Amino acid sequence: MQQIINFVLRNKTSLLFLLLFFVSIALTIQSHSYHKSKFINSANFFTGGIYESASSVSNYFDLKTQNEILVEENNKLRSQLLNDLDSSLTSISRIDTTTFNGRYKIQTAKIINNNYSASKNYLTINKGEKHGLKEDLAVITSKGIVGIIDNTSNGYARVLSILSTKSKINAQLKANNHIGSLEWNANSSSIVQLTDISKFAPVKQGDTIVTGGQSSIFPQGIPIGIVDNFVLDISGDTYTVDVKLFNDMTNLSHVYIIENLDTEEIKLLENPVNE
Amino acid sequence: MNSLNINNIIRFVVLILAQALIFNHINFIDSVNPYPYILFILLFPVNNNRTLFIFLSFMLGLFVDIFSDSGGVHAAACVSIAFARPPILKFAFGMIYEHQTIKFNNTEFGNRVIYFLILIILHHLILFSLEVFNISNILLVLKKTLFSSVFTLILCILISVLFSKKQR
Repeated sequence: MQQIINFVLRNKTSLLFLLLFFVSIALTIQSHSYHKSKFINSANFFTGGIYESASSVSNYFDLKTQNEILVEENNKLRSQLLNDLDSSLTSISRIDTTTFNGRYKIQTAKIINNNYSASKNYLTINKGEKHGLKEDLAVITSKGIVGIIDNTSNGYARVLSILSTKSKINAQLKANNHIGSLEWNANSSSIVQLTDISKFAPVKQGDTIVTGGQSSIFPQGIPIGIVDNFVLDISGDTYTVDVKLFNDMTNLSHVYIIENLDTEEIKLLENPVNE
Repeated sequence: MNSLNINNIIRFVVLILAQALIFNHINFIDSVNPYPYILFILLFPVNNNRTLFIFLSFMLGLFVDIFSDSGGVHAAACVSIAFARPPILKFAFGMIYEHQTIKFNNTEFGNRVIYFLILIILHHLILFSLEVFNISNILLVLKKTLFSSVFTLILCILISVLFSKKQR
């Protein structure tokens, strides 16, 4: 017994080093699996508060570009509204409210921390559970998709960016319904990869890629980007397409959070209770 | 002794905040970020308690991890360089280290650069290989290590020169 204690005392630095090193490796591995990194994340009271106060200062620097983006979006929505008005005059059963029987609930939030240089990137937004956010909600901007909420605290939430090797999102060609999954190879912050597109799909440079209807997270048809380049896979069955994003992921500020109110029902239907 | 402690506590807090709010968002040429927060480990007084030193390095890395959502990669890298520091000190400074009288302010500049460089490269190599976590991407790891190391080294030298007291 004496010898064991002596051994521990003699090698206490090495033992402490090994212990702490394994703790950090364990934390790293845990953070690689989806929804597991409960403890080490920036969506907590402390870091969220610091990021929020820092972003309240740095906000002023890009007010001009953010205003331009807003005006551009307003312009788009207004033209949609005016063009839609003509066709809707014929349909009588139009209900004049935005919330009645809607399938999607939309909220706005502000990004207070944005990363895009690592291989698994996260964003922090200034809304959380007390605003009704939870895991697996879609986050988009007026131009395209941003990511999926993967962790929430009371006042803040963490978003798994599409610029992450962990992220996998169902996407499709806009022109026809060939679907694939959207991934990222960590090379460039403006290019993501769309894999598993069938080789029979007519892919062209400049085609638009939108979200597919197969996930219950994103609504169908949210713009993602355009085809930049494409190659046939090694197996020869599928294309891997480089997609140039509409969003400038390095300069994001205001985002929309989309909640699909039917998610519960869809999940219940897809995973029936085992008997 | 007391002022030394206060000095280190201030350094700890300021470096973490600077890393989280400024240096994580530099993104030079799309993805190169410096990590000068390890100056805390580089400049920690030599003749202090080693167990405490390793533990503090772990906490330093963990805080940076929480801020940058990276699991435990910074903590692992920091603990490793804290553990590997004594042999590297001996290699870089030779005899002076043997007598335990080292003060970073009055060491030779060349020695200090070599000491910084070895620890920075070690830190970044562990950091990026854990962060990418994929052997087939080893080129990406080496590329990131190289660029970030140069960036961090320049910043570390600048900061340590700017904030060192004049020894007359």
